[in-house]
Amino acid sequence: MTLDTFVIQLTNGLVFSLLLFLIAAGLSLIFGLMDVVNLSHGAFYLLGAYVGLSITRWTGSFWLALLFSPLLVAVIGLVVERFLLRQLYRRGHLDQVLCTFGVGLILADVMRSVWGSYVESVAIPAPLDGQIVIGGLPFPVYRLAVIVFGLLIALGLWLLIERTLVGAMIRAGVNDAQMASALGINIPRLFALVFAGGTALAALGGVAASPILNIYQGLDSEILILALVVVVIGGLGTLQGAFWASLIVGMADVFGKALLPEFSVFVTYAIMAGVLLVRPQGLFRREQTRLA
Amino acid sequence: MTTEHASSLRPAAVLAAQRGWWRLLPLVALALLPLVAPPFWRSLTLEVLALAIFAMSLDVLIGYTGLVSFGHAAFLGFGAYAAAFTTERVSENLLVVLPICLASVALYAVVVGFLALRTSGISFLMLTLAFSQMLFGLAIRWSRVTGGSDGLSVARPHIGLGAWQVPLGPDLDLYYLVLAAFAASWWLLSRLVASPFGHTLRGIKENAQRMQALGYRTRRFELAAFVVAAVFAGLAGMLLAMHNRYVSPDTFAWTTSGQGIIMVIVGGAGTLVGPILGALLVHLLESVGSSATESWRLIMGVVFVLFVLFAPKGIIGILRRLRRSKESPRA
Repeated sequence: MTLDTFVIQLTNGLVFSLLLFLIAAGLSLIFGLMDVVNLSHGAFYLLGAYVGLSITRWTGSFWLALLFSPLLVAVIGLVVERFLLRQLYRRGHLDQVLCTFGVGLILADVMRSVWGSYVESVAIPAPLDGQIVIGGLPFPVYRLAVIVFGLLIALGLWLLIERTLVGAMIRAGVNDAQMASALGINIPRLFALVFAGGTALAALGGVAASPILNIYQGLDSEILILALVVVVIGGLGTLQGAFWASLIVGMADVFGKALLPEFSVFVTYAIMAGVLLVRPQGLFRREQTRLA
Repeated sequence: MTTEHASSLRPAAVLAAQRGWWRLLPLVALALLPLVAPPFWRSLTLEVLALAIFAMSLDVLIGYTGLVSFGHAAFLGFGAYAAAFTTERVSENLLVVLPICLASVALYAVVVGFLALRTSGISFLMLTLAFSQMLFGLAIRWSRVTGGSDGLSVARPHIGLGAWQVPLGPDLDLYYLVLAAFAASWWLLSRLVASPFGHTLRGIKENAQRMQALGYRTRRFELAAFVVAAVFAGLAGMLLAMHNRYVSPDTFAWTTSGQGIIMVIVGGAGTLVGPILGALLVHLLESVGSSATESWRLIMGVVFVLFVLFAPKGIIGILRRLRRSKESPRA
């Protein structure tokens, strides 16, 4: 591997890592607060990508898609939380996990009948479709923009959790939902907010990724699995863990595919198995304060 | 005290005997079925029986030990691929293929179980999912060995002991092989869950910490349950591969694991009859429903969500509730 290809793969790795972070952050936030692994998260990602595709086709603007697709998907997330998951709060978390699995199945089939099973792709939006040359190497502008966008979202989420009142409520809910409720925090509303926010992040990732990765049926489970690996490595419910683990998994995926095409899947899972052997709770999870 | 004990024992024993006889009836019916049913229904029944073994084995984990595995398809697929490799490279003799398949599945399950059982609850669920997904990726990418997404063909084996050789001819013989495997699995698993070992597993499900305090090494019991469940899933995978004469990476897909969970939950976790009913329902919906309507997956998803919401104990739970409400007014 020459230095040039190394730098290009590194950029691709960063792009993929930050897309993964958008998705895994939502999964991790939902888990941190609600103790539920949202198995429909991949379906929400794909739904975001498809809705974005349709908005782009109707309006001709990718930017409208980037804005409205996550909002629409968040509304669906709200409905799922309000009418399905909330009915199951009093039962174990596993029932909620199973419920999200069912929701994923339903969404996958609805998407199949609405958008068909073709491989779709979205054109790179106008001002970002060029290349810039840095140090003699051409870099696609859109990919660099995704890196910046992902870093901004990461920073924004960190500020939201650490520096705002809502963030403080979420942290309180993560630590002890009952105590937070006794202090007057509306826990069901918080759950709904975080679930909708998490699904919106997944959809945002779906729209942002659509000009780079194609959109197809089955992508939902691929993305879900990668996001699960990320949160297992980083530690369930930690935002920081999701960030660093996204970098690890994204890089391992890109470099694994370049160096060991047949065994690239092994690289990611070997890392995961290694982390679990040393730290079963993940790299960043502490016992008490799990978030941020 | 003692008389009370004795009187409560006897009806139970009588009931068990009655139930035992009652249980044989469906098996007799299943044995007679291929003589009257057309080939399509025979093949469908065979698949349901094999999937029922798979679902029962998963229920040993979910319903009895309280370990929700989302990667049980790994062992179904492992058994299927082991059958493909063994029939192609070692022998087509079932008496050779069967032990090799089951032993290799058990070995793999020990490794996966050892790693996955370092965690519990939702992390365990995700780890088992990740490990099955690893095999899925390997089956697709490592195409030199696994045939990639085209999969591998599986030879139909024969049974041979020295000079004595019985070819497993067209579908009928295989049907009886699967039926025998189903009956044996059902019997073995019902003995297992009724044994002290099975009670220990249920204790772990109810309260693992208390079992530890009582001196049980719970992780060992969990690992044993994990390996047993994997071996039966591997058996189901081997039988399905021989029936289809073909194995594809889709066997490893997480939707296969998910379907297993649906069978267990819809049928009724914590029973063995439940998963059998679940396998019947899900497979009927898949094979008959998929020819009738495009959106059978949607129907399956809705049915599953409704069961999770309103009948978490599955069909068996509903039947029990009905029976209780019928009995209680008289009592």
